[in-house]
Amino acid sequence: MRCGFCLPACPTFRETGLEPESPRGRIALMKAVADGIMEPDKAFAEQMNHCLGCRACEPACPADVKYGQLLEQARDAIEDHADHSLPAKGVRRLFFKDVLPHRSRLKWLGRSLSFYQKSGLRQVARGTGIMKLFPPAMREMERILPEASGKGVVDRIGTVVPAKGEPIARVALFRGCIMDVLFSETNVRTAELLAEAGFEVVIPDNQVCCGALHAHSGELDQARGLARSNLDAFRDAGIRHIVSNAGGCGAQLAEYGHLMHGDEEYAELAVEFASRVVDVSQLLLGSGRLPAFTEQSGGVRVTYQDSCHLRNGMRSSGAPRQLIRQVAGASFVEMKEADRCCGSAGIYNVTQPEMAGQILEHKMEHANATEAAYLLTSNPGCLLQMKLGVQKHGDPAAMKVMHVVDFLHERMGEPASLSAAGKQG
Amino acid sequence: MLDPAMARRLRDIVGEKHFKDDPEAKVAHSYDGTPMLQSLPDGVVYPDSTAQVSEIMKVLAEYRVPVVSRGSGSNLCGGTVPVQGGIVMVMHRMNRLLEVDMDNLTATVQPGMITAAFTEHIESLGLFYPPDPSSMKISTIGGNISECSGGLRGLKYGTTKDYVLGLEAVLANGEILRTGGKLMKDVAGYDLTKLLVGSEGTLAIITEATLKLVPPPAGKKTMLAMYKDLYGAARTVSRIIENKIIPATLEILDNPTIRVVDDFARLGLPRDMEAILLIEQDGDPEAVERDMEAIRLICEAEKADRVEVAQTREEAEKLVAARRSAFTALARLRPTTILEDATVPRSRIADMVLRIREIADKYGVSIATFGHAGDGNLHPTATTDARDAEEVHRVEQAFAEIFEAAIELGGTITGEHGVGVVKAPFLEWKVGASGIAVMKGIKDAFDPHHLLNPGKMFAGETRKRVVIDRG
Repeated sequence: MRCGFCLPACPTFRETGLEPESPRGRIALMKAVADGIMEPDKAFAEQMNHCLGCRACEPACPADVKYGQLLEQARDAIEDHADHSLPAKGVRRLFFKDVLPHRSRLKWLGRSLSFYQKSGLRQVARGTGIMKLFPPAMREMERILPEASGKGVVDRIGTVVPAKGEPIARVALFRGCIMDVLFSETNVRTAELLAEAGFEVVIPDNQVCCGALHAHSGELDQARGLARSNLDAFRDAGIRHIVSNAGGCGAQLAEYGHLMHGDEEYAELAVEFASRVVDVSQLLLGSGRLPAFTEQSGGVRVTYQDSCHLRNGMRSSGAPRQLIRQVAGASFVEMKEADRCCGSAGIYNVTQPEMAGQILEHKMEHANATEAAYLLTSNPGCLLQMKLGVQKHGDPAAMKVMHVVDFLHERMGEPASLSAAGKQG
Repeated sequence: MLDPAMARRLRDIVGEKHFKDDPEAKVAHSYDGTPMLQSLPDGVVYPDSTAQVSEIMKVLAEYRVPVVSRGSGSNLCGGTVPVQGGIVMVMHRMNRLLEVDMDNLTATVQPGMITAAFTEHIESLGLFYPPDPSSMKISTIGGNISECSGGLRGLKYGTTKDYVLGLEAVLANGEILRTGGKLMKDVAGYDLTKLLVGSEGTLAIITEATLKLVPPPAGKKTMLAMYKDLYGAARTVSRIIENKIIPATLEILDNPTIRVVDDFARLGLPRDMEAILLIEQDGDPEAVERDMEAIRLICEAEKADRVEVAQTREEAEKLVAARRSAFTALARLRPTTILEDATVPRSRIADMVLRIREIADKYGVSIATFGHAGDGNLHPTATTDARDAEEVHRVEQAFAEIFEAAIELGGTITGEHGVGVVKAPFLEWKVGASGIAVMKGIKDAFDPHHLLNPGKMFAGETRKRVVIDRG
């Protein structure tokens, strides 16, 4: 099928107008490689890496072509033959193999980052201009990183949070890896919000990284290894749902069925697991007993940037919006093209800074036009990217970027001080 | 392989960035929307102005290198596949709306502008450009003109050819030709404007078009009529026309089409129905009411199971958008979707629907039918698998017989998709030997060295007409 309906949905095609920069073009290139018409050379790899992986082409496709899966396979094939330069190999190994999958090392990363941020080292680094040694995209990211922490959600509130009132169901929180280092507060609030809405929340401590970054970067074997660990970790938790608060992680978990297809031991379990994965906003809205959310400071304008993987992967775009609309006193303003990728796309904004910057600039034109006081998102990558956007092309004093969960938590009245209880215990 | 000196000259004309001959560019311009066709060009060029197109053509003519001009490549007749290699000329950079003349109600536009972007802009000015191919979200105005695209509003408003008033085009030798203008009447010599519309890039490269705009209709209503009997639905179409009602849109979808469209659009279409008719009427609100009521009575007389009127504009738009996805949505059933374009006089639509069913059964192939029933333009679509050569052969036999049946019923081999590569072997069936001879004479007059989109429209060999077994 080569109808081209995907072309207008594709951010890189929109920026360049070039067929090879479109889903139809990229699939044609993949097929040409498979057919032996084209070599999987450097140019081919670069074109595949130029794709954001936002999967906006998937809902646009009447033929239901699974572009995301094709892209992962292509990147996996490229990685099998990749000839990375030594430093790149080191960085990839460090992140994919040595850090992301390991809880203790992530904590160490969080602590180090926190030390860097709090000790004055950051000031020293910025002051001495040592940051100039890094590429501009990294420098920009360094500035917007939130306060990191070596204390994850389990350290703060333990592994079980009881429901408020009659429990509706027992659910498990997927805490993520980067999410739990950079946004562990959001994880805590997610659990509190779920408890407030009537869910008993368990947080299995042996869960690992979801593997999304691995899968998207062509490290499918590593992604499968992580999936196995997670399937084991959640297997006996006696839960109805696995709840995610990061669009990227959620979409990856929801695809375990596809990822583990053909695996003798885990295939069936993976399908069943995937069917129970749900985003926090979907669960709250779908079966939760929602508290009355009220805007404390009077009326505010709020807008929302979709997480591509939540929207195009998990096909959820209505739930976060409906939740925001429920906040009394807040008026929801739809941002033009909120369904378009912000350019964050995992580590895309670091690996492809030029295209990411172009996309972000266009995104911010629309964001600024909403004149919203809050710009909400559902994914840590998008959150950081939008913070960067507001800093570069907007007015940080007038527009605050937040995770939907944090926004709702702040407005659910006097919150149950679970975090305080956790700290004591 | 291109002559390096020639490639150098093309780069000098358009700039380093806008001429490519790397494998990526070649592969990405080796296909269009047509299944099972692929052929690599030797290079791809992206001009930015008429002057550049003219300069490029002078170079190509000197080296006798063929060229295929191309918009988004969404056509379905193989019209933009470079079957003889050479250069693909992508018109996307020439995408500016040059003028909207509010006094004359015309718009002047470059060929690379996306059709939907054009119509949205025109509608924002309180005007209306009726041609609306299903691919309008991605197809270009230039592509629409080259293929003389139709669409869902063809029945009442006509197709692209009815809205092109004037053209600027570059000839094979690089000369610039201007035809027509902002005129409603013009009989100065042969009508070269009409000749270029639908000429599929074989006569000249269109670089600018002046289009007619009309006032928008004041009101619009959308209706779904649902049938347990496909023939009853098709007969309703003929009855509506017989009763001197010309709806703006009158589309038919059969059961397999309803199901896949609903899988995609999730509108809750009636999956148990054998056929639905999607009917729209626009115009003066009172007249619309009257027509819709008369249409409803006809539907009921033809034993429609249910007739529903869309309650909101949004609901109506969703239905129409879903219909536009039909062709692609059918790809959910099998890996390869081959869509055809047989057209018959409107009174014969029910006969044609039956003949398509018979022929599909005879060859044991799966053919879903949908299309612009109101203008007799059906899209029988085979769902098959390109890897199964034997089945594909049966599909080809079935389609040959479907074209034969269309011509027998007074119809044609293509209503809106064009001849391209796919229908070339059948063209003579429709226009006859003398028709082919005249057309070839015109081609020679415009393009003596056959550099413009070679291998299209005229086949090396005409298909023998199938002997229909009426046993």
